Amino acid sequence: MAANLPTQSQVQGGIGVTESHTKHDEHLHHDEHHDQHWLFKYVFSQDHKVIAKQFLITGIFWAIIGGTLSSLFRLQLGWPESTFEWLSPFLGKWIEAGKLNPEFYLALVTMHGTIMVFFVLTAGLSGTFSNFLIPLQVGARDMASGFMNMLSYWFFFISSIIMFASLFLETGPASAGWTIYPPLSALPQAIPGSGLGMTLWLVSMALFIVSQLLGGVNYITTVINLRTRGMSMSKLPLTIWAFFLTAILGLLSFPVLFSAALLLIFDRSFGTSFFLSDIYIAGQALNHQGGSPILFQHLFWFLGHPEVYIVIMPAMGMVSEILATNSRKPVFGYRAMIGSLLGISLLSFVVWAHHMFVTGMNPFLGSVFMFLTLIIAVPSAVKTFNWLATLWRGNIRFTTAMLFSIGFVSLFISGGLTGIILGNAAIDIQMHNTYFVVAHFHLVMGSAAFFGLFAGVYHWFPKMFGRMMDEKLGYIHFWLTFIGVYLVFMPMHYVGIAGFPRRYYAWTGFDSFSQFADLNKFISAAAIFAFVGQFIFIFNFFYSIFRGRRATENPWNSTTLEWTTPVVPGHGNWPGEIPAVYRWPYDYSKPGAAEDFIPQNVPYSKTQSSNLPYERDME
Amino acid sequence: MSTTSTTQTLPTNASIERPRSGTWDGGNEPFKASYGKLMMWFFLLSDAFTFAAFLTTYGLMRHRHLAYTGDHKDFVFSSAYWPIPDHVFNSFPGLHGVDLPLAFVALMTMILIFSSVTMVLAVEAGHRMDKADVQKWLLWTLLFGATFLSCQAWEWSHFIHGTDAGTKMLDGTIFYGANLQMNQYGPVLFADLFFFITGFHGTHVFSGLVLLTYCFIATTNGTFEKRGHYEMVEKVGLYWHFVDLVWVFVFTFFYLV
Ligand code: HEM
Ligand SMILES: [Cu+2]
Repeated sequence: MAANLPTQSQVQGGIGVTESHTKHDEHLHHDEHHDQHWLFKYVFSQDHKVIAKQFLITGIFWAIIGGTLSSLFRLQLGWPESTFEWLSPFLGKWIEAGKLNPEFYLALVTMHGTIMVFFVLTAGLSGTFSNFLIPLQVGARDMASGFMNMLSYWFFFISSIIMFASLFLETGPASAGWTIYPPLSALPQAIPGSGLGMTLWLVSMALFIVSQLLGGVNYITTVINLRTRGMSMSKLPLTIWAFFLTAILGLLSFPVLFSAALLLIFDRSFGTSFFLSDIYIAGQALNHQGGSPILFQHLFWFLGHPEVYIVIMPAMGMVSEILATNSRKPVFGYRAMIGSLLGISLLSFVVWAHHMFVTGMNPFLGSVFMFLTLIIAVPSAVKTFNWLATLWRGNIRFTTAMLFSIGFVSLFISGGLTGIILGNAAIDIQMHNTYFVVAHFHLVMGSAAFFGLFAGVYHWFPKMFGRMMDEKLGYIHFWLTFIGVYLVFMPMHYVGIAGFPRRYYAWTGFDSFSQFADLNKFISAAAIFAFVGQFIFIFNFFYSIFRGRRATENPWNSTTLEWTTPVVPGHGNWPGEIPAVYRWPYDYSKPGAAEDFIPQNVPYSKTQSSNLPYERDME
Repeated sequence: MSTTSTTQTLPTNASIERPRSGTWDGGNEPFKASYGKLMMWFFLLSDAFTFAAFLTTYGLMRHRHLAYTGDHKDFVFSSAYWPIPDHVFNSFPGLHGVDLPLAFVALMTMILIFSSVTMVLAVEAGHRMDKADVQKWLLWTLLFGATFLSCQAWEWSHFIHGTDAGTKMLDGTIFYGANLQMNQYGPVLFADLFFFITGFHGTHVFSGLVLLTYCFIATTNGTFEKRGHYEMVEKVGLYWHFVDLVWVFVFTFFYLV
């Protein structure tokens, strides 16, 4: 490396520290064109910030679709006796004599799950924030490969188009549940949705996986190779640790779903028997012999379980960051937070069979998986206690993002506790496939991850669009949503304990469940109420992009590097030199410091009044 | 209570203060590998999981079927048990009717391993910036790779056409060879897996050939020379070695175990 150039380039935070350009620095610098064609600036952009917004807006689109589908099936569950003739202008032939077609009901559930888990909470959440925050927070001009990053979005886009198109098929979209277990998903004779709908589902997911891998290798290499000078792994914000590990989980688990999907495609279209054996349909024996549907479940859940952590870990990272910023306190147990993320990541690969306690597994194996599953409660609890301890006696600023982060912690606790119940193989025999499971994962994954997403949007909106979102609308949105999700999912536990099975179109045939008619109606009303409340957010989001109050460079007085960029950073992120990093990201309310936050790029020599004894060596 | 009695002198110019600069302290490449090479490594790691899922599928299916327990000499094909590979893969092009267990596949494997050696030489020539040598060794690699694929094509077509005698199936008819629904050599899954896994591997070899062809053309045009390094050849080399390594596993599963 060449000699130091003691220039005085002023970086926000008051410190201009410069050194020779590193290699990647020069390499990416020329990307900073200002006269680009709009098509390359906004559509086929290689700028990570633009790609992040593309993921976010596509994710919002999908969330509206996913939410609408759930409102439709909640109508059926809440008011099973009513007629829905008024829906036929929208649903056409799926309303038969005023009733929702039962097979379409299954399609609705399937597509709701698929859309929410993959398209909103995986692509929309980690696609948005990994893209937006990794280069900004590690101090890089862009992702390692901007081109592959752009491809990642466009693969997701094509995958989205195909999945969306499948909603309008004559035979309906895929209907075998988001877990697409064969043989139901493998045999078009079994259910209409297993025809073309399922084919499109598989093609769309294959493209989705390609998109995830393109994004994932980029996130990982960027974190490894493109950290700015001084940004050691133990100075990384927890967001980056979370995105990094999420990308690794995706890199190792999505290919296995890819394998399963490919094998299933062969079973469906080329007559192989990987997942099929001894099947009779309408008295007719099929000539598939020797395969195993259980094998599919193993392959699926080898992805499926890490997937739930792919969804929640980015939210965990952002929440840690937002809680510390708005409590004006260092995050409690920074290293324990990293350790527990690592622990969760490792464990998430060895617990998948807790989804299969009752689907045909050696009971001994069941107890091994039970043991491993329950161990996950330990790192989860470490995180929870650390979040609470971060809040403890903090100088709390109740921004909207902060409210959603606190909401996240609440939901994670409520939903996590039922996980420990389900993790016991013996109890799960009663609970499996009931609304208890639905309640569990909607609290801990669905709602909590959505809260993380909202928190992230409210918090980083100023850096994304240079304007602030409206706080009042934010508060209303928060309280409606927070109360809404508890009203929806708490009663589901009771229904589930009573044995009410999930994915049933109608329960009116079972006397034992008729006492839940009121509760079901209540859940449905609450669900639709909570869904409608989200339009406040959507209004706030789009209105604020154009009309919001103008933001300053660092509106939350935060310490991480993204707040050292201009209000709206251009391609390349920092107009001058990339700042160097001297300290960890959580120097909030440090005794003796002039302000209650010290950005990461302030050297110790500038903060002698607040340095701790061991930090004096670094002055 | 904090640091009031510091008697340290301020650096004369605070802005030249340097951040730490250890291996993992940022501003460098901790694995001494460019981002492109790292990406290839991570892609291969992920691809390894895809193959691992397929080979696990093979293991599980094999486990679900009965093994042949009789004497090796009396072995006949039957859908009742998993076949012994020595009896399935025992022919050699041009030597009709001669029993040469695993001879052809051993040759194929040798060829693929040779191609890995020539690939190493191409990468090494790239380090020396020796354009002619890179071209030479890339060509050899291409040749060996293409030969491997052709051998596989022969192996497939032989497998599909079957033995002269065929096998009497459960419904009494004689069936020759195998496809995705019928199999003269044993349970239908044996054929399903054979086609699927060797086919998936073959697709990887084919993609490798496309990449190698690209490298060859770019080398010939002097693209890499102008760029100042042959890193692309190195990255494709990583991929090529990976595909070879996977073959060793596929070979072990299908032919040896
Ligand atoms: C203490 C930690 C947790 C434990 C012990 C646990 C345990 C379980 C068990 C045993 C099941 C299977 C229930 C059944 O189908 O019978 C389950 C389902 C599920 N869990 Fe958890 N869980 C935990 C945390 C989480 C987290 C953090 C997430 C997501 C962020 C999550 C998402 C899910 C999902 C999506 C399902 C249902 C999948 C389906 O069948 O459609 N869980 N959990
Ligand atoms: Cu799980």
